[in-house]
Amino acid sequence: MSFTPPPAAYRVAGKGRLSPAKTVSFTFDGRRYSALEGDTVASALLAHGVHLVGRSFKYHRPRGILSSGPEEPNALLDVARDATRRQPNVRATTQEVFDGLIATSQNRWPSLALDVGAVNDAFARFFPAGFYYKTFMWPRTAWERLYEPVIRRAAGLGTAPTEPDPDRYANRFAHCDLLVIGGGPAGLAAALAGAKAGLDVIVCDENAQFGGSLLAESRAQIDGEPAGRWAETMADQLRAMANVRLLPRTTAFAYHAQNMVSLAERITDHMAAPDTDAPRERLWQVRAERVVLATGAIERQLVFADNDRPGVMLASAAREYLNHYGVAVGRKIGVYTACDSAYAAAFDLAEAGSEIVAIVDARDNPDSALLARANDLGVKVLTAHAVTGTTGRRRVRSMTVEPMHQSVRRKVEIDALLVCGGWTPSAHLFSQSRGKLAYDAANGRFLPDAPAQNCVCVGSCNGTDDLAGAIAEGAAAAGGEAKVDVAEAPSMTGHLIGAAKGAGVGTTSKAFIDYQNDVTAKDIRLAVREGMHSIEHVKRYTTTGMATDQGKMSNLHALAIAAEALDAEIPQVGLTTFRAPYTPVTFGTFVNHARGPLFDPTRRTPMHAWAQRNGAVFEDVGHWKRAWYFPRGAEDMGEAVNRECATTRQVAGIFDASTLGKIEVVGPDAVAFMNLMYTNPWDKLAVGRCRYGIMCREDGYIYDDGVVGRLAQDRFHVTTTTGGAPRVLNMMEDYLQTEFPDWKVWLTSVSEQWAVIAVNGPKAREIIEPLVKGIDMSGEAMPHMSVREGTICGVPTRLMRMSFTGELGFEINVPADYGATVWDAVWARGERMGMTPYGTEAMHVMRAEKGYIIVGQDTDGTVTPHDAGLSWAIGKKKTDFVGIRGLARPDLVASGRRQLVGLKTKDPNIVLEEGAQVVADPNQAVPMTMIGHVTSSYWSQVLGHSIAMALIEGGHERMGETLYVPMANETIAVDVCDPVFYDPDGGRLDG
Amino acid sequence: MRRYSAFSLAREAMRSHTGWDKQWDNPEPRSRYDVIIVGAGGHGLGTAYYLAAEHGITNIAVLEKGWLGGGNTGRNTTIIRSNYLYDESAGIYNHAIKLWEGLSAELNYNVMFSQRGVMMLAHNVHDVQVAQRHIHANRLNGVDNQWLTPEEAKAFCPPLNISRSARYPVMGAALQKKGGTARHDAVAWGYARAASARGVHIIQNCEVTGIHRGADGAVTGVETTRGTINAGKVGVVAAGHTSVLMEMAGLRMPLESFPLQALVSEPVKPVFPCVVMSNSVHAYISQSDKGELVIGAGTDQYTSYSQTGGLHILSHTLEAICEMFPMFTRMKMLRTWGGIVDVTPDRSPILAKTPVKGLYANCGWGTGGFKATPGSAHVFAHTIARDEPHEINAGFTLERFRTGRLIDEAAAAAVAH
Amino acid sequence: MLLIRCPYCEEERPELEFAGAGEAHIARPANMSDISDEDFEAFFFIRENQKGIVFERWRHIHGCGRFFNAARHSVSDKFIVTYKAGEPKPELTDEQIAAVAGATGKSGK
Repeated sequence: MSFTPPPAAYRVAGKGRLSPAKTVSFTFDGRRYSALEGDTVASALLAHGVHLVGRSFKYHRPRGILSSGPEEPNALLDVARDATRRQPNVRATTQEVFDGLIATSQNRWPSLALDVGAVNDAFARFFPAGFYYKTFMWPRTAWERLYEPVIRRAAGLGTAPTEPDPDRYANRFAHCDLLVIGGGPAGLAAALAGAKAGLDVIVCDENAQFGGSLLAESRAQIDGEPAGRWAETMADQLRAMANVRLLPRTTAFAYHAQNMVSLAERITDHMAAPDTDAPRERLWQVRAERVVLATGAIERQLVFADNDRPGVMLASAAREYLNHYGVAVGRKIGVYTACDSAYAAAFDLAEAGSEIVAIVDARDNPDSALLARANDLGVKVLTAHAVTGTTGRRRVRSMTVEPMHQSVRRKVEIDALLVCGGWTPSAHLFSQSRGKLAYDAANGRFLPDAPAQNCVCVGSCNGTDDLAGAIAEGAAAAGGEAKVDVAEAPSMTGHLIGAAKGAGVGTTSKAFIDYQNDVTAKDIRLAVREGMHSIEHVKRYTTTGMATDQGKMSNLHALAIAAEALDAEIPQVGLTTFRAPYTPVTFGTFVNHARGPLFDPTRRTPMHAWAQRNGAVFEDVGHWKRAWYFPRGAEDMGEAVNRECATTRQVAGIFDASTLGKIEVVGPDAVAFMNLMYTNPWDKLAVGRCRYGIMCREDGYIYDDGVVGRLAQDRFHVTTTTGGAPRVLNMMEDYLQTEFPDWKVWLTSVSEQWAVIAVNGPKAREIIEPLVKGIDMSGEAMPHMSVREGTICGVPTRLMRMSFTGELGFEINVPADYGATVWDAVWARGERMGMTPYGTEAMHVMRAEKGYIIVGQDTDGTVTPHDAGLSWAIGKKKTDFVGIRGLARPDLVASGRRQLVGLKTKDPNIVLEEGAQVVADPNQAVPMTMIGHVTSSYWSQVLGHSIAMALIEGGHERMGETLYVPMANETIAVDVCDPVFYDPDGGRLDG
Repeated sequence: MRRYSAFSLAREAMRSHTGWDKQWDNPEPRSRYDVIIVGAGGHGLGTAYYLAAEHGITNIAVLEKGWLGGGNTGRNTTIIRSNYLYDESAGIYNHAIKLWEGLSAELNYNVMFSQRGVMMLAHNVHDVQVAQRHIHANRLNGVDNQWLTPEEAKAFCPPLNISRSARYPVMGAALQKKGGTARHDAVAWGYARAASARGVHIIQNCEVTGIHRGADGAVTGVETTRGTINAGKVGVVAAGHTSVLMEMAGLRMPLESFPLQALVSEPVKPVFPCVVMSNSVHAYISQSDKGELVIGAGTDQYTSYSQTGGLHILSHTLEAICEMFPMFTRMKMLRTWGGIVDVTPDRSPILAKTPVKGLYANCGWGTGGFKATPGSAHVFAHTIARDEPHEINAGFTLERFRTGRLIDEAAAAAVAH
Repeated sequence: MLLIRCPYCEEERPELEFAGAGEAHIARPANMSDISDEDFEAFFFIRENQKGIVFERWRHIHGCGRFFNAARHSVSDKFIVTYKAGEPKPELTDEQIAAVAGATGKSGK
């Protein structure tokens, strides 16, 4: 069953640029409406006479469509394409309609027309600015339990999406000679001039069509052409040039240091059926040699009583709705202005058939040409008059008109009220670029003054309001020249900032400054009265300018009212900071591709696939995925680890150690360099031998560790911890490049070049030996802690005999591309002999049984080699190494430092929790004096009891002492012991 | 000082709120005070308040180069917690929490302290170990902190993604239920009002340009853009500008100032019930009473006084947020801003006397000073009034960088290996 | 995001390619093990942290890998010059400093 939406009663035949043939339909609060392709949701609703579209934040006052652009404070809707593509707080004035769009009003219950929250409006006198700072304090817990939840439910506008977003977002970096922001007359002229000069040009505009203010034009002519047509011609010309990129629907939202500007391009939000592969939005990060800011100006409302009813609208918006969208915003229209530009709107609407009941001009003597034309059109102008009130609940029904200097009130029936308080140049981006603004008192506006970067403001954002001047200025900014003949361009002269009649000092009416946050003129005055003398205080106290429009219409009014209350000049009171983004930008735009697996790169070893096939559970270590344990059948983690440990100690285990960092240190000064970087002495390490090395920072704390093999007099194979590899290399490079640049040493990261297969256990040699050629692996020829080069399975290898388990162990380094193949070969032999693969957890258990530390687990950046029981690794005769002086500082040589020891629980079955705290006296009251903590703790299958390592104050002197680990429900008694639990003599290292 | 209450609000409502007093005065500076506090942020104003309220010193000027509360107090993401590892840190932050709990009543100003819970996520085994170490230490220090499984974490914060297939799955979380947020501006304003009512002069738009010292080296006062102001004691509470000020007294500091950025989303109805932090993926998030998601980013990698930072820093933070809360990609960033945070080598504050007699330093709070505000101010007032530290701040000395007795919370959470 | 000229690559590259490496021109004492606690504190912990011109180190870590130095204004974040490690701290002219200090001149009106 098809439903034909009702005709659009306010669409004016023959007006606007949209084609009446191209219709679409959408819903608003469940009702279906027709629209024309190119409509915004706002223009389409207005075409149907719908003004009421939202409720305000605090008082829930009915609100209509106020503007036709991104400055819109009222008409914020929830817009959805489908259940998962829903976006709250969308401006109806910028959202283009597409077929099937679902729009819903926000912040009302149960319905937009009948909103219970509107009761707030009746009690508004109890909720002045900052009222919440003065109450809700008693009783103490009531704020959190009672008041805050109520306030929170009341606050907020739309509802956040609840489902993961199916859309994609994209990212581009770009460079250009000239970035033009804003595709109005000045911007188009700048872009064309730049393009003709051969510059690489990017020009962006937030709207779907280029032309800016000219889109609202009806009468102005440029070089004899209608202004709108001129803009189209300009855009066509630019589009045809190879050195120009036009970005419509693209908002420049942030201006950064060194002429980088961020743009948000909206790609699919206007389409009924977008390509599902297309990104929804794209972030552009543009680095421009020169930036032309042609960002235009934004019209302000007038501040008078009840200036917020649906149907009250900026005059320029009404003009754009008529001339671009072909929509008359009312049939009986009042106009209240302090600026010439509103006349053009009135005249166009009058000519289109609406009745202009009066133009109420706050000024005494508006331009006589305007008055003459009004007279010709039969439009009454009341000069030196004010609108001092309105009526109408869901739509404005009347305005109260008063002469400026008398109080004779007259009520005039209307269905729309166009307002204009003048124009605020859009200096947001210029200010973000840290350009300075200067106050132009004659015209009541801040204008760009001194730039801080290579950028220039042109057109109305620079205060150049006449069209010919703006076009010339635009061209000049790009090094060109443009002289155009302009006829009948509207004047933007005249302004009124601050409170208009009836909203001044001493009045109690609700004259809105910030519509969305419900901030009125009297709120500003209250803030000043309460001592908020900085405009930043006024802003924060009243929340003016802090809504989703960020005060685009309201900031200057707030400033003027504050200045008046402070009896100060506007520039003395100062501006609040313009903060990015210019208009809100989705998080998705910033995140773009970095979601899910692309959030952070994943590093996998060459043997990863084997581990996966063999059921490994992985853990994240830095960017790496490491095999954690290999459960068999129904084994849980503990059972798997116990088995892996037992098998390794009884037979053999194979372990993927490829993630260890590996650095090759080469050159005639390599030994000297190693002596500097590590605490150990290296001169006497023979070629072919390995040594465990400790690296400190200058402050003397352990930074990294690893086994180092000497391959030649001038060549070391250095290993680092998995996570430490980049920073160790960085530190080495730092010393080499900046402190010892004359040393002949070369550093190469070879972490990715070598796959490392560790085989540990009594049968390790037996498993590997037949695969190895060119290396005598016998105990005599290749003792513990040695390194040899040869081949394995025909592949070159650096074979190291070393052990992190305490068993006979070998680490087979092979070129990474052969890692999987060699692993398979070793596994094939080992499996037959009963070998097990083991993961990082079993590795941790076995090394702890031997008292080997893990840097970062048993040390934490506050532990010296002495604390860790590694004093033996410090070269006693060395006169320098990194950390030598730090280690000698008073606190590092003081007694009572936390030192690494072993702990045995009195009850051997209790496994301590890692991180548990240790005390000497378990009976003390909280806060307890803690003397250390458990760094590592495991069940040791081979020993049949739990083991733990701990950092304990003066631990090395406490051997045999009983200490306590107070847990939430029990206190565990422990004995301090040597951290080497297993095979203290090291006999097993020889198999 | 006129008392704030529902009754006074109702009374004023009947006369259009014309009877409210100034919350603080804007006096002209005197030529001499007993104590000068440089910096009218929460810590500085609070120091003045406690000097007046608890130490009987009321002849105080708080000098502010801009507007009070306009520095990091008004720019931070307002997270309050005390689940720190070391005794010194737990001591001062827990002292702060206790003061936070009574602060609205004490100041008669609703600072909106909301103990909604702070949850710190663990994404790998190392995170879990670090979290457990904190939880155990906190328990024995009388600081609440508890371990949550991923499912419990999700129950506490429903938007949280605990999928095992996430790039960094949530393995659990440490929850401090007493942690939460407060309204940052209200903290500055509440202290300013209460201090002003006790006679403290808050002098805004008054930049200190020099520190005067007598023949014996002791402080005698400061030079300002509004003239010379004398005092025998000067407390510098100037966050990112501490190095600049201390140099005026010839002191070089172990500090670096970095840009720190934050952002808010457009306001939405309640969707996020607590504070969530993740050190591994680098992000903090909560929802303000206004409905904005409040999100903190990391520091830039270079020192700067610009109060702006790189877009890539914000992007990285939002990546982390959307990884943890995938439904938020369609939320919109409304406003970003930056502050200047002064960072010490051990990431713990300096809250101490200095080698210059009469000169006191309260600085180095890095990215987390807001939570300490009342505690810091309280013990700093003690330090200035008695010319010796309170036992709570006794460890936060300048000398520790010479002796090596650091309080290194960051190192204690050492990077995974 | 800053744009940084690598003096080795001799071109400007985005900050993403670089790692900041702290204050420049802090030489490691040659007699490290003999210096006093105060000297060690000054070397390792104390920083200039200037509001104004800072001399700092960068590493072109995702480029040539070289460490180099830069003079930058810490309020405007503008660079005056970058130069190779080991080169002396440059003498900056008032004009160079003024050029990076903030908003300058009048816009083209």
